[in-house]
Amino acid sequence: MAATLEPIIGRYLTLELSGRPHRVYFEQAGEGIPLVCLHTAGADGRQFRHLMLDEEITRHFRVLSFDMPWHGKSLPPQGWENEDYRLTTAGYTEMIVAFCRALELDHPVAMGCSIGGRIVLNLAIEHAAMFRALIGLESADYQAPWYDTAWLNRPDVHGGEVCAALVSGLMAPQSPDATRHETLWMYKQSGPGVFQGDLYFYRVDGDLRAKVDRIDTTACPLYLLTGEYDFSCTPEDTERTAKKIAGAKVTIMRELGHFPMSENPAQFRRYILPVLEKIRATM
Amino acid sequence: MPGDFDNDRLAAAFEQLPRLLDCEPTLVRRGAFFDARFQVGIGTIPFDLTIAAGRIAAFARGPFVMSSWRFAVRGGAEAWGRLWQPVPDPGWHDLMALGKRGAVVLEGDLQPLMANLQYVKDLLVLPRRIFAEPR
Repeated sequence: MAATLEPIIGRYLTLELSGRPHRVYFEQAGEGIPLVCLHTAGADGRQFRHLMLDEEITRHFRVLSFDMPWHGKSLPPQGWENEDYRLTTAGYTEMIVAFCRALELDHPVAMGCSIGGRIVLNLAIEHAAMFRALIGLESADYQAPWYDTAWLNRPDVHGGEVCAALVSGLMAPQSPDATRHETLWMYKQSGPGVFQGDLYFYRVDGDLRAKVDRIDTTACPLYLLTGEYDFSCTPEDTERTAKKIAGAKVTIMRELGHFPMSENPAQFRRYILPVLEKIRATM
Repeated sequence: MPGDFDNDRLAAAFEQLPRLLDCEPTLVRRGAFFDARFQVGIGTIPFDLTIAAGRIAAFARGPFVMSSWRFAVRGGAEAWGRLWQPVPDPGWHDLMALGKRGAVVLEGDLQPLMANLQYVKDLLVLPRRIFAEPR
């Protein structure tokens, strides 16, 4: 019997980032408006596989998700063994813009979660004209830290296990076991120090509190959706951020946490479908 | 429901921990490399736990005159009472969430805790079963 193949296609491309070539893996499915999905820290693009398999979405949107360099099936750049990985606001922004340009995406929508939710705020600040709309999941201009990231990469603590154990509590108790544990698996697979390196952006370099009031939502609409069980980026963090951005639209999602698209795809689609419909209607 | 966050009632639930762990062979297996003596403060009542290869080797309710431990997890009655609700409220649903809001404090040498974090988190929510059981 022939196998039933999923419509998701995976490809590789090379991006020149900070003057160095990076081999980057991405997946895509669907046709229409490009929807570029940005995964959370220490994870990879598989978090968005449920969106790519949702025909109601792929009928109108070309859903794309790349694994950031050092993550998933994307490699670190040559010479990585002699450096500590650290994600910065400038480097992260450059990467997203380079990916969209390399694929010649015409006015894509960018949707990011967690660190991806933070960086879409910077895209709104610096590159609003390039995007049709921006969606921040678990997004805020700043969040208070709740653990010491030094625990994430040291030889006497298993990095994959501790990363997964920390983020496990960020999911809603109502989310199904299967999708909760699939979400955690990506954290357990992450390379040493990668989650920690991403959090350099989140905790140190990417504080946008003094900048978000520059966002012009008439140039590019901004949607912010946060799960009620996310104690890392809390609903209050998102609402405080949105108060500084005229026209930003906030939705607090019930029975969801920090990984809405992967921890409970069925619950998440109730919230994201109307947003995507609104973006499509305003073309 | 743990409702009124009574110290003695919550401590009585926590005293069921050895029995509750015996019913969780998967959790015991995940703790196969975990050996530590630590304290858990349930409101005003301290407990002294020794874990050996994922099993509870010693379990005592305080107060103690002198006790040694590698790390301690101490929370107020409200923190444990809310954590152990059958479906806990947002922000009260995880040990680290309680830590962020200051309702639980982690003390001492945290290396054995962090090296076995999921085990300890899963162990310390087992009393939720008591409050979910029909009476």
